[in-house]
Amino acid sequence: MLRYAVKRMLGALPTLFLIITIAFFMMRLAPGGPFDKERNLPAQVEANLNKAYHLDEPLPQQYLRYVGNILQGDFGPSFQYKDFSVTELIWGGFPVSLRLGGLAILFAFGIGVALGTVAALNQNSLTDYLVMGTAMTGITIPNFVMAPLLTLVFGLYLSWLPVGGWGGGGIAHSVLPIVALCLPQVAAIARLTRGSMIEVLRSNFMRTARAKGLPERVTILRHGLKAAMLPVVSYLGPAVASIITGSVIIEQIFGIPGIGRYFVQAALNRDYTLVMGVTIFYGVLIILFNLLVDLLYGLLDPKVRYD
Amino acid sequence: MRKAFARLRTTALTTAFVLATIPMISIAAPGIAMAEQVLHRGNGTEPETLDPHKSTGVTENVIENDLYEGLVTLSAEGKQVPGVAESWDISDDGTVYTFHLRQDAKWSNGDPLTAEDFVYSFRRAVDPDTAADYAPILIPIRNAEAIIAGEMPVDQLGVKAVDPHTFRMTLNGPTPFILGVLSHNISFPVHRATVEKFGNEWTRPGNAVTNGAFMMTDWVPQSQVTVVKNPHFHDAENVKLDKIVYYPTEDLAEELKRFRAGELHITYDIPSEQIKWAEENMADQFHNTPYFGTYYYVVNLTREPLGSSLKLRKALALAIDREILTDKVTQGGELPAYSWVPPGVEGYDQQEVDFAKMSQAERNALAKKLYAEAGYGPDNPLELELLYNTNENHRKIAIAVASMWKQTLGAQMTLTNKEWKVYLEDRDLKKHELARAAWIGDYVDPLNFLELFLSNAGERNDAGYNNPEFDRLLAEAAKPENVDKRMDILEQAEAVFLADMPLIPIYHYTTQHMISPDVQGWEFNVLDIHPGRYISLKSS
Repeated sequence: MLRYAVKRMLGALPTLFLIITIAFFMMRLAPGGPFDKERNLPAQVEANLNKAYHLDEPLPQQYLRYVGNILQGDFGPSFQYKDFSVTELIWGGFPVSLRLGGLAILFAFGIGVALGTVAALNQNSLTDYLVMGTAMTGITIPNFVMAPLLTLVFGLYLSWLPVGGWGGGGIAHSVLPIVALCLPQVAAIARLTRGSMIEVLRSNFMRTARAKGLPERVTILRHGLKAAMLPVVSYLGPAVASIITGSVIIEQIFGIPGIGRYFVQAALNRDYTLVMGVTIFYGVLIILFNLLVDLLYGLLDPKVRYD
Repeated sequence: MRKAFARLRTTALTTAFVLATIPMISIAAPGIAMAEQVLHRGNGTEPETLDPHKSTGVTENVIENDLYEGLVTLSAEGKQVPGVAESWDISDDGTVYTFHLRQDAKWSNGDPLTAEDFVYSFRRAVDPDTAADYAPILIPIRNAEAIIAGEMPVDQLGVKAVDPHTFRMTLNGPTPFILGVLSHNISFPVHRATVEKFGNEWTRPGNAVTNGAFMMTDWVPQSQVTVVKNPHFHDAENVKLDKIVYYPTEDLAEELKRFRAGELHITYDIPSEQIKWAEENMADQFHNTPYFGTYYYVVNLTREPLGSSLKLRKALALAIDREILTDKVTQGGELPAYSWVPPGVEGYDQQEVDFAKMSQAERNALAKKLYAEAGYGPDNPLELELLYNTNENHRKIAIAVASMWKQTLGAQMTLTNKEWKVYLEDRDLKKHELARAAWIGDYVDPLNFLELFLSNAGERNDAGYNNPEFDRLLAEAAKPENVDKRMDILEQAEAVFLADMPLIPIYHYTTQHMISPDVQGWEFNVLDIHPGRYISLKSS
């Protein structure tokens, strides 16, 4: 298993390299540059800026310089947020996004699996329709509608919780963003669990378990759920990577200092180094979580072995 | 026995202590009622930088006005008043300014603030290595232009420390608006030792040394910037606020909710679709005031057919019903614009396009006539592309204007929206026929608007406007002998400019804020600058 993991990690390097290369050149293809503003810069000032950031060099040379720098762990200064380096911005924001996203996905997983299982066990009953109906609504209401609704009701009308701000990360400030992040995931996980559980319930090994005389609770929790988790786990890999890197919408609405908004802002600002930084960071996470998913398969699915 | 004595002694001490503290508590009691004054201020977006020489936006300016003070500063009403300089003398020819610095001027770490600091700071601001966006507004200072262009060393700049408390600045010519420039963030002093020690990181909390009414204690990107009262500030005794917290508030609808929930005292802005609601429901807290800016459609004069046809440009300008636009479309109380320089400049008679006094019906009739004279009609409609940057408000305005042109003239418009940076590049490369644009003044002077359209202004002259008469008038206005006639000459220049119609003014900006009734000392000014040193909170 360890050998497999190491092999996979090494195999990921060319992928990562490809991501870096494509992202680098795509970003440069976009019209406009980081220093284009309403007020045009004097020629000499612009030339100096370009020189300071090595934008005056031929593109291939810039690319080699960039790759050389990241190999040494230097992601460069941000073009937009001039007082910070890309590494500082990412490491400053990531713990926030990780905490919010991590809690959200944890809750989503617990609640989603429970709801999905209940629905599957009561297939086509009122409970099933109720759970799945709610899940469907959860998926269809986008974040940019759900989050303002939450702040309006719980922040403004009921005054139970702060409307926005981060407040240094206190619990009160985290509740609404976590709920807003969590709801669509609950819905997705519940639907996946239900579908897969229904299939599992009809399978041979479940019949065997029941024939052995195992109590229904044990049959479902120990045998059924384990098998039914496979599609959920495949879904969770990329979902976790995306949710712990923050959400631009949630962060803007609640005023949270995560890294989600850098994905969008950096691209709009032509903040080349920040775009590259978050892209690489996200790329690494996706690769990592996909690997984790594959390893988990080995534990969950007896048909999968990594020897 | 000793033990008992010890206990007795403790009791006695305790009693004495309690007795001794009673008067202290009663003295402290009023202090508790006047709890710490903390202002929570919505501030738009995350600041790009808090280096006053490198920043460009309003967001940064709001914070920097609290962290720094120039030689000249702004009063609550936006008037230029003594800042670090207590007073100044101006030479008879208007080219040499001698500033007398406060004897007690200090940095936030207690270091004395001297004329040498200003020499260093002005040199740094124009140094091409600093690459300051706003360096060009310092061009009135002798040799600044050549230094910015990299043709002269920075020590040739016309600034000098005569002694630690006397700073002298030599200008190219009389520049009546220089005091406005000196209160702009590009003219703020920076602490040399800090800048040199920390490089790009000198603006961080813990590193930053500043000289304003407040000093920074905390900066969490995308979350908040916190400043506290600076005890070394020369007017510290009159600064009421103990602390200001600025929050980036990109989502304006949420910002308004935070304000209504009492989390913010002041908002950065108000979503345009909620202005009517705020006017009706929170009138006492809704502030809508004129702002020193103009929203316009610029004509690319280097392209036909608009470039050579004044009649066509005029027809387009006439056919826009600005009252309807501001009343029904933008709804922010904007002023319909018939001039390029916004109102609010003391001593300057606002110039207007010649049709400003006509009714809309008369304008439409004239527009049709000019349109026909230019050779267009129902069989041969004018086809144009209007470029704007992607934004809901710009879209609404573009649609309304296009439909007015279609209805009145029969012109066929193609509306093209592009993402901000792409739009800027298109405009700079003059790919547009007609483009939405806007300009907000950096200091209150007509030149700040007019000079954009000098024939040698480069990319910023987005009309490609080139009228030697206009250039001549601006050069004339800068001459020492014309210092008294300066405003008259600038008025003539604007009149020439408006008659040529290189742009179509749409409206003059207004700014909107929600302001809590607890906030005191917030005074109206066209630059919309409200330093925290004048603000206080009513203790509730």
